[in-house]
Amino acid sequence: ISGSGSTLLGYIGIDTIIEQMRKKTMKTGFDFNIMVVGHSGLGKSTLVNTLFKSQVSRKSAGWARDDKIPKTVDIKAVSHVLEEGGVKMKLTVVDTPGFGDQINNDNCWEPISKYINEQYEKFLKEEVNITRKKRIPDTRVHCCLYFISPTGHSLRQLDVEFMKRLSHSVNIIPVIAKADTMTIEERQDFKQRVRKELEMGGIEFYPQKEFDEDMEDKSDNDKIREAMPFAVVGSDKEYQVNGKRVLGRKTAWGIVEVENPNHCEFAQLRDFLIRSHLQDLKEVTHNIHYETYRAKRLNENGGLHPISSNDTQESNL
Amino acid sequence: VAAGQNVCVFCVFLQQRNLEGYVGFANLPNQVYRKSVKRGFEFTLMVVGESGLGKSTLINSLFLTDLYSKDYPGPSQRIKKTVQVEQSKVLIKEGGVQLTLTIVDTPGFGDAVDNSNCWQPVINYIDSKCEDFLNAESRVNRRSMPDNRVHCCLYFIAPSGHGLKPLDIEFMKRLHDKVNVIPLIAKADTLTPEECQLFKKQIMKEIQEHKIKIYEFPDTEDDEDNKLIRKIKEKMPLAVVGSNVVIEVNGKKVRGRQYPWGVAEVENGEHCDFTVLRNMLIRTHMQDLKDVTNNVHYENYRSKKLAAVTCNGVDTTKTKGQLTKSPLAQMEEERREHVMKMKKMEAEMEQVFEMKVKEKKQKLKDSEAELERRHEQMKRNLEAQYKELEEKRRVYEDEKANWEAQQRILEQQKLDASKTMEKNKKKGKIF
Repeated sequence: ISGSGSTLLGYIGIDTIIEQMRKKTMKTGFDFNIMVVGHSGLGKSTLVNTLFKSQVSRKSAGWARDDKIPKTVDIKAVSHVLEEGGVKMKLTVVDTPGFGDQINNDNCWEPISKYINEQYEKFLKEEVNITRKKRIPDTRVHCCLYFISPTGHSLRQLDVEFMKRLSHSVNIIPVIAKADTMTIEERQDFKQRVRKELEMGGIEFYPQKEFDEDMEDKSDNDKIREAMPFAVVGSDKEYQVNGKRVLGRKTAWGIVEVENPNHCEFAQLRDFLIRSHLQDLKEVTHNIHYETYRAKRLNENGGLHPISSNDTQESNL
Repeated sequence: VAAGQNVCVFCVFLQQRNLEGYVGFANLPNQVYRKSVKRGFEFTLMVVGESGLGKSTLINSLFLTDLYSKDYPGPSQRIKKTVQVEQSKVLIKEGGVQLTLTIVDTPGFGDAVDNSNCWQPVINYIDSKCEDFLNAESRVNRRSMPDNRVHCCLYFIAPSGHGLKPLDIEFMKRLHDKVNVIPLIAKADTLTPEECQLFKKQIMKEIQEHKIKIYEFPDTEDDEDNKLIRKIKEKMPLAVVGSNVVIEVNGKKVRGRQYPWGVAEVENGEHCDFTVLRNMLIRTHMQDLKDVTNNVHYENYRSKKLAAVTCNGVDTTKTKGQLTKSPLAQMEEERREHVMKMKKMEAEMEQVFEMKVKEKKQKLKDSEAELERRHEQMKRNLEAQYKELEEKRRVYEDEKANWEAQQRILEQQKLDASKTMEKNKKKGKIF
């Protein structure tokens, strides 16, 4: 905002815009799409249920627990509307059963990449229409939680391949699943090794360094980046601990408390994902990832022609 | 063997006779025991599973030694591109009994993006050990017959809580006729007791569905033992936790894993099935595993191999051709082999000798040439010097001649001068 700042001679009321925005947002509600990727048995569905404190995963949506692992990667999206404090959120959880479960996992990231690009394509088509909808339904994936298996050694080849290929089209947040497998020292060692490998592979996970807008952002995000990937434990069962009811897992030698920061980093992940960076995730998806896709598409066809379904396949990264 | 009518009829009836005194063959088991203890025992254990499932830790816990320690990290700590099969031998002694334990590890198994045929190196290894034993058994000279066959294969299943992965099923299907497969649930401290029960049931269901033959505990005649065995069978697959770190719990020192919410004890039956595994593997069923390997798996391999050889005259498999001949023919074969080997060695030595001779000759030629050269050079030097001297002499001669000529001229001039003076004197021009 250029121009010299002039001192105000009285109260105008410009600051009420924040209140107006808040009211509007509460009325319209907002969309949030989260994708979970990782091979089966890493607790993805449980974690999503724990994050949003409700049964939002594919399993709980009444779909029978498929005992057969699908032959190719399936993409299953389930939507729910959650309400809290008058604010409505349409949450869509996109699950990817079959990822990394086969004997030969070559190119198992392709269906996922295709899905992400298809959502961008849908949005682009809507934007390009002559008569546009007032509010374009946003099905783009805002955040991809990638589940790392807690081997205690290092990342697997498949992890590196996936993250390398998708970190430029979607916000990837790596998490260490089933963190109650490791003791605290093992966890620290593993995290360090994983971070080093991510660095060496040139994998930019969210929050990406290049998108830090100012010093404040940078220092906040640096702290978060230092602590990532978060080692999490999920649970939707409650137990009594010290007179309080907590979410946890009961083993023969103790109860793992999900929200206890000494036990695991679930609380940190939740605060980061939902309480502080939710809007930022959407913005980065819209302003950066979507724009990259859009620019590529427009340059390809040399203009905004009617886009047929064949072209969608070409635009795979 | 077609039983002919010449079979001894007495063998058919085995009556139990009562002894009238103490004969002493009741001591036979002790003799066997003493002999075996002297010989020592061998046992080969193979561990298979994806990296990070705690295989090395479990081995260390089972045998209470640091087979893989910080100084000699196990194969899992090193980066590998393809599936390797590595073996480590360790000699353990306890109570006078010596055990040569061979651990075969398979780093890289199931770690790549494309894991098709990652079981092939494992199968090849097992087959090659059986083949070695088969060949050693068929030799004429059988004094030393080391038994390196794999007696037991511990297969580690990741604790997903759902069921078996396609890779698990594929691997076990291919190996259940070649080796005793014992499936284990690794890192069992990930699962709560209920999850563990469900998981075990699911796995056993899938194992039965795919008709996988895991190692079965033999029924004994003793009822007590049978009860124990039944208990073990109910717990299959065993859910294990490994650790060699000693932690203090309620004043007792136990091996376990320390979490912020408690200590998972390795040797506590309520926490995991480690003690069951250890007792079964080492204390009660080690010999049975070896017997089953010898009587069932090895025999399968042997009959398949021999059937292949006798079926077609041309042996397309990689046998050393020693299996179907009589001992005499075999001796011939061995002698011929030996002679061939000798001939080959002789030929090799000849070659080496030739080469050496050539080398020496070359060296001598070289030094000869060198000397020639030097000689030439010296000659040339001398000639040059000689020429120089000649040159100098000529110059000197020339100078001398010049100088003499000059002298003569001077003399002549002097003479002329004196002559003119004389003339002038005579003419009276001088006062």
